[in-house]
Amino acid sequence: MNATDLVVATPSGLYCAVGDFYIDPWKPVARAVITHGHGDHARYGMGEYYSTRAGLPILQWRLTDQTYHAFDYGEAFQIGGARVSLHSAGHVLGSAQVRIEAGGQVWVVSGDYKRQPDPTCAPFDVVRCDTFITEATFGLPVYRWPHTSDVARDIVAWRDACGERGETAILYCYALGKSQRVLAELMAFTERPAYTHGAIETGVQVYRAAGIPMLATIPVGDQPRGTDFAGELVIAPPSAAGSAWLRRFRKAQHGFASGWMRIRGNRRRRNVDRGFVVSDHADWPDLLRTVRETGAKRVIATHGNTDALVRALNEEGIRTETFVTQFGEDD
Amino acid sequence: MRRFAALYRELDQSTGTLDKRAALAMYFRNAQPADAAWALRLLSGGKIGGAKARIASSGELREWISQASGDDAWLIEESYSHVGDLAETLTLLLDDPATAPPDIPLSEWIEKRLLPVANADPERRRAVIVEAWQTLPFDQRLVFNKLLTGALRVGVSQRLVQQALAEISGVDIARIAQRMLGDWPPTPTFYATLLSQEATAEDTSQPYPFFLASQLDDPEALGDIGQWNLEWKWDGIRLQLIRRGDRIALWSRGEERLDGRFPEIEGAAARLRRDAVIDGELLAWRDGDSPLPFAALQTRIQRKKPGAKSLQEAPVRMLAYDLLELDGEDLRERPLHERRTKLRALLDEHADPRMVLSPDLDVADWASARALRATARERGVEGIMLKRRDSVYQLGRKRGDWWKWKIDPLTIDAVLIYAQAGHGRRSTLFTDYTFALWQDDQLVPVAKAYSGLDDKEILSLDRWIRAHTLEKFGPVRSVEPHHVFELGFEAVNKSTRHKSGIAVRFPRILRWRHDKPFAEADRLDTLKALAR
Repeated sequence: MNATDLVVATPSGLYCAVGDFYIDPWKPVARAVITHGHGDHARYGMGEYYSTRAGLPILQWRLTDQTYHAFDYGEAFQIGGARVSLHSAGHVLGSAQVRIEAGGQVWVVSGDYKRQPDPTCAPFDVVRCDTFITEATFGLPVYRWPHTSDVARDIVAWRDACGERGETAILYCYALGKSQRVLAELMAFTERPAYTHGAIETGVQVYRAAGIPMLATIPVGDQPRGTDFAGELVIAPPSAAGSAWLRRFRKAQHGFASGWMRIRGNRRRRNVDRGFVVSDHADWPDLLRTVRETGAKRVIATHGNTDALVRALNEEGIRTETFVTQFGEDD
Repeated sequence: MRRFAALYRELDQSTGTLDKRAALAMYFRNAQPADAAWALRLLSGGKIGGAKARIASSGELREWISQASGDDAWLIEESYSHVGDLAETLTLLLDDPATAPPDIPLSEWIEKRLLPVANADPERRRAVIVEAWQTLPFDQRLVFNKLLTGALRVGVSQRLVQQALAEISGVDIARIAQRMLGDWPPTPTFYATLLSQEATAEDTSQPYPFFLASQLDDPEALGDIGQWNLEWKWDGIRLQLIRRGDRIALWSRGEERLDGRFPEIEGAAARLRRDAVIDGELLAWRDGDSPLPFAALQTRIQRKKPGAKSLQEAPVRMLAYDLLELDGEDLRERPLHERRTKLRALLDEHADPRMVLSPDLDVADWASARALRATARERGVEGIMLKRRDSVYQLGRKRGDWWKWKIDPLTIDAVLIYAQAGHGRRSTLFTDYTFALWQDDQLVPVAKAYSGLDDKEILSLDRWIRAHTLEKFGPVRSVEPHHVFELGFEAVNKSTRHKSGIAVRFPRILRWRHDKPFAEADRLDTLKALAR
């Protein structure tokens, strides 16, 4: 660590001393800049929240009433001695990278990000910087994403195959981001509405209110007892797996939409019938590409398979180290 | 190879045996014989090339993928240790081709592309493989890499493949199983013979379908004991021994060939003076009056070629109880007493301790039979078999003539400590339970049981488990020690593979002991004292 470092790792989270604020802190602090609404990045208990305008409805959904300061992408604002701006990260609706400029240096904290097209959020914005703090959730070359539209076509084919067997196709997706992206991608291949678990539908409503077009959805909970869901696609959060909620689907197959499904062993450990490779994180080629495009001379990896990324970048001549954080690796 | 890759994918994705079987049947129904023969070879655990025809070593594959993907060797190793399967790693490290090439059949890949370069210089072998990597789409690339790295390992048993073949051809499964024995060439000719309705010279090793006994609770209802032939119910493996000319075959009740695994029995069979098909029980038996525990036999079952140590520690013998064929004549329609007389004569003449008659139990009435049965456990047997003296040898499980009168199970009161979701229709319910006994102040797991509760009890226990989970380990939950169940089981053996030091045979739940506090469940020492 240098005295001039704009961001350091502390027990409460990533901290910018010159602006006296934290980025996605995991302990209560006075000022928190939030990259996006996932639970491991946006937590309760902060004095003031700084976020993107596009991401504000998500924070209000997840954190309810708080003191929020919302900004447009690219709009610069001052916190203490730091000039801060938020730039699209392409991860979920309203997700941002945090650009911090002070003392003639520019640092960017990526939060979670991806480079693949996603109809539910603004695309990743390459921000030139001196130091890039990057995620590394999928930091191994075996992680390379297929085109999401191909995967969406496979999901529809799977649903139809389930239907022929009198089964329901239950697809587990994270409630914020993944579910909505899948629903948006599905529109190209089907008009048949999808059924949703309550936790999913809440997020879908937030996205619909933001004007994001998605496949029509019907909450499972609104259906009368005894409804036959054979041949229907049901979107449910991973926490519903193995729960009593599933009993209403008499015969069902289970799928999981996640970058982790790229590896067969992960699918088997999850005990699902089908894995669909859809990720809201950068795959290996995109992690390397992004680091190169930022022009950063120094890189700090925060969470995921950081070891391989750190070694690969150091071998490429980019000084790279890690920060220990409490960010999760859900996808 | 597109269709074979699709089959692989379907087999890999389905968890149900019926689905797998349907996928196999569909594949074999539509496949060209040349492809079907190779598919059969690969699904049976066969490989291409092998030691004599090297196509690519694991080291070469890593080196070549490093060149093809541009990833350094250390990154290949990191990836491999992350994924845990080399074929899959090789597949994941490359992007898919933009356009799918025209399909090349499985047999052509193997016979025209891979085998011709076997043992060639590395550059020629590399060229073929890297070109395949660059042109094949994901699913086909995975299967291709599986061919290079060894067995497919896709959770398909030999029997399942044979069931599918029987289904599409109408040929009896036992005959298909028999025809697939030993070394066979993956050729269209072989495949045609395999599914041929006509009997072939090879078919003479085929067994008769087994006659199975039914469970008996009260023998008094069987009438005069003089009508019945009583034998011990041995705790081994049901075995049909076929000796026809110089052809010897051993078949288990699961219609699996056991040839090579039990050289003692094959040796004894070779010395028989006459051709015969004998039904009996295979047991591990050293000296003395009782067999070794089932666990000893278990050490032999999985060994395709037992070593000297194994042969010495767990020698086997066959207790013969029926004679189905003698000198080529089918005796199954003859009465049991006549078959047994012939069997006794055959074995007396043979005089080989590795193949002996399962002795008749000489009892005057049901009371003395019952008294004899009470000694079963100390003799290392499971109870008594009752066979009507004039019964013919029927097919399958037909009630009336053959009965098994098992000893009452041993019981313990054990505490539920882990639960896991079941399979199939029980997949959303916690129905697979692990039970523990006390050792000092600790609960040590001793048995898993899946059956014995009714649907209502299952539902109520499922709700309780969800509400009283302590920890989750993957699919397994540990629960608060609270509920006590009476478990029944057939025997207890010492075991070095279990933490408790014992293994129970056929545990099942007899009843839910709502009345018993968990602190009063049985102690492990009680169970250990029963272990053999």
